[in-house]
Amino acid sequence: MAVVTYLPRLLPTLFLSGRNLRPIIIAWLRLVPPAVLAAMLAPSLLVREGHVDLGTDNLFFWAALIAFPVAWKSKSLFATVVVGMGLVSLGRFFGVGL
Amino acid sequence: MGNSTKQTLAAIGTGMKRALPIVLGYVPIGFAYGVLAGKGGLSEANTLLMSLIVFAGSAQFIAVGLFAAGTGPAAIILTTFVVNLRHMLMAASLSPHLAGWKKRHLAFFSFELTDETFALHSLKAASLGECRLEALSLNVTAQVSWVVGTVLGIVASGLIGDIKPMGLDYALAAMFIALLVGQCENRVRVVTAIFSGGIATLLYLAGWHQFHIIAATVAGATFGLGVEHWTKD
Repeated sequence: MAVVTYLPRLLPTLFLSGRNLRPIIIAWLRLVPPAVLAAMLAPSLLVREGHVDLGTDNLFFWAALIAFPVAWKSKSLFATVVVGMGLVSLGRFFGVGL
Repeated sequence: MGNSTKQTLAAIGTGMKRALPIVLGYVPIGFAYGVLAGKGGLSEANTLLMSLIVFAGSAQFIAVGLFAAGTGPAAIILTTFVVNLRHMLMAASLSPHLAGWKKRHLAFFSFELTDETFALHSLKAASLGECRLEALSLNVTAQVSWVVGTVLGIVASGLIGDIKPMGLDYALAAMFIALLVGQCENRVRVVTAIFSGGIATLLYLAGWHQFHIIAATVAGATFGLGVEHWTKD
């Protein structure tokens, strides 16, 4: 696991450092972070047991509706994580969601 | 104290200060990871070792989940590889700014390149060339906080009966939300994220449970590039 984590991080910096990539490649690479984060996030918020579930059972989705504006306003990883986990925790305490 | 020593210390200090938002995020998330790993049956030594030599939040969470579900080592390694491929694209996007760095510095920098450190470095990418020490100090501070969080989690794992009442299983999603919002500074990037998230969800529903991330990323970034060019004209 260490190897398959390290190689993708190492090889590009080792072989591409200081090279001038074509502007279109750079423009594409710049869009990778929002794309990959959204790709990891969306299914975990929207899908429950093989289908899209936006019902009250899906606490992760409802917590995200509040966590997004919190992240937007606070620009803080800490605040977002604490609010997000707090909401899920509260929801479960009151018996909403799974 | 010589002038260069002062400058060195100042650079290290600036790096540590810049890492503070990451530290605040990594300690609780590392804690959640430590607790989940303990609940998932991973040994304390392996849990800590992963934070030391792997240092990849999402990959570690995913590995713990797979391990708890009884998945074999080959499948865990392949999955974490796919999940980590995004760092290849992140490293590539920083690399034009790393001209003049020595190979060993690049090797060390890359080892501690995560979504979060990348996000901070990309904000100051243009000056990475001159700010090597500051960048490395930022990275080291981030990893130390991740390891500290992990240790706290390992200790707490024995004391916590169930993670669900604390919402610890939401740590990863909340972290992604914060990072994603930080990345969405203009309309093209928002469109890219929505498109990529939509594709990932569709592929996931279609039964792609590992490669949906990389496929949706490539599709999303390409789509976003198209939108960028189309709206320019």
